[in-house]
Amino acid sequence: MKLNVNNAQHDVDADPRTPLLYVLRGDLKLNAAKFGCGLGQCGACTVLVNGEPVFSCVTPIALLEGKEITTLEGLGTEEKPAPIQQAFIESQAAQCGYCIPGMMMRAQALLQKNPHAGDAEIRAWLEPNLCRCGSHMRILRAIHRAQHIIRTAQRGEAG
Amino acid sequence: MRGFVRSVFFLCLLLIVGIAVYAIFSYEPPLGPIPPPQRESFDQTQVKRGAELAAIGSCGVCHTAPSGREFAGGVGLPTPFGAIYSTNITPDPETGIGNWSLAAFQRALRRGVRRDGAYLYPAFPYDHFTLVSDDDAKALYAFLMTREPVRATAPANQLPFPLNVRLVMSGWNLLFLKPGPYQPDPARDDAYNRGAYLAEGLGHCGSCHTPRNVLGAEKTSEKFAGGEAEGWSAYAINASSPAPVPWTEETLLQYLSHGFNADHGVARGPMLEVASNLGAVPNDDLHALATYIAAQIGRPAAPTPQVAKQLEAQGARGKTVAAASADSQADPSQRRDATAGDDEGALIYTATCSGCHQGPRAAPFGGIDFALSSNINGPSAKNLVNVVLNGLPAAGSKRTPIMPGFANAMDDRQVAALARYLRGHFTDKPAWTDIESSLNDARAALRAPKPNSAPSSGSASPDAS
Repeated sequence: MKLNVNNAQHDVDADPRTPLLYVLRGDLKLNAAKFGCGLGQCGACTVLVNGEPVFSCVTPIALLEGKEITTLEGLGTEEKPAPIQQAFIESQAAQCGYCIPGMMMRAQALLQKNPHAGDAEIRAWLEPNLCRCGSHMRILRAIHRAQHIIRTAQRGEAG
Repeated sequence: MRGFVRSVFFLCLLLIVGIAVYAIFSYEPPLGPIPPPQRESFDQTQVKRGAELAAIGSCGVCHTAPSGREFAGGVGLPTPFGAIYSTNITPDPETGIGNWSLAAFQRALRRGVRRDGAYLYPAFPYDHFTLVSDDDAKALYAFLMTREPVRATAPANQLPFPLNVRLVMSGWNLLFLKPGPYQPDPARDDAYNRGAYLAEGLGHCGSCHTPRNVLGAEKTSEKFAGGEAEGWSAYAINASSPAPVPWTEETLLQYLSHGFNADHGVARGPMLEVASNLGAVPNDDLHALATYIAAQIGRPAAPTPQVAKQLEAQGARGKTVAAASADSQADPSQRRDATAGDDEGALIYTATCSGCHQGPRAAPFGGIDFALSSNINGPSAKNLVNVVLNGLPAAGSKRTPIMPGFANAMDDRQVAALARYLRGHFTDKPAWTDIESSLNDARAALRAPKPNSAPSSGSASPDAS
């Protein structure tokens, strides 16, 4: 079946019941999304579908024909990171880093909808994603920094 | 002409006299404010009993906002007439009930009249609380008056004219309020009577589980025949209970105290909060509640052969749980159910749901077998749609079953196909007719701003300019 991942059409030869995460990592070699719990309870596998966060480990590709899938690889590159990636690097928000791609993708979904989200809204929004190292304060700082980067860029364009 | 003027005059006069008589009849005096009672003036055993009674009454479900202070109110209850906001029942003298006497509290509880004499709306279930005994009312009063006072004023109700005139409720009370106290049934034993007193009174089970008439009152002729609450369908808990496996006192007791039962599934929506409150209630009270509700449901026929087979499978799942504990998700290619074919719903079920709902782990760690589910066997698709879209979110620090939601992964066509498949495959009941409307309602609720996630003004934003 055909899957639209990061604005490119991919012909995927997999059982339609296969979870998206396995297809991303196994077939498409997009390894940012991580296998954490496999039950949709930790958020390490979070990617965007039509701009909204989903747990790719419990989302079979059968559900995804014709929908736009975005993974962390689709946001920016090492040379030209997206604001959320730049902010996480600058804030050194990762400890072990396993949860970070999921954290970034969930935060990205919020910032796309509301770049001015306040701290309480960000905290509530990130609730489904777990971090076991305790990097929560750095992750929050990184998201605020990403907002700052986005706003500065917007001001630059406007001016 | 003169005759016409005269009859208009008399009609007006009649109307004015009528309104005056109604107003005089409806008058309730204010019960003078008292200085807030000292905490020490209340007996500790009474306070403790009050806490248990407040749990049975689930006071906090309506009077505590999701991330708000305990009993400070402000929770909007959607009703067909408009939103009604719960009030602050902490002992703050200005915004709560700090200067309410016991008499004022009892009048509000049992007759729905505020300390200042204004009528309350029956969104506050005084039509049930009217059965509460003097001793229990005193204990509740002692409990509430010894809570932390919180300064908080509820938002104004959103009710249209004439319902925004509180005096109107006097007429409602005349029609629908049957004043207590509870009269025990001498033909029944103590546990039954105790259960009836709790379920019909403080527990106010009928508020959700009994259908309401156009004036928002419970239809007494259809007691426990199933109702609605906050976008959820509340199942019938009388002889028309949709549970494929008949409820018993034992299974009810477990469900009410733990929020799940392997043969019935998990409590969710408003019932989740009720069950987590009941977890803190003494066993005698729970046992009485279970006795009474089991008697309401009666003893329906034994499970159908299809259900009996599923039950057997359910038992087998429990036995394999230890062996499967390291297996977080069944391999999709190994899943049973070869019915997929061209049916989109069947494919979605096998690919998305069966890993947990037909997997090796028993409830509450694995999902319920849908053949046993009151949800799939019930008359409305509402609860299924709610759970598919929102999942079962973790409820704070409480121990509850959880399930991921699929609102972002599935579009409406896919959810509808899944719902049709589950209904058709796991029950022999007629197709649901409210799948689309349930989907519209649930999507609208998802889009609505959440009251407690508003952007905070004091943003902790070190990097922001």
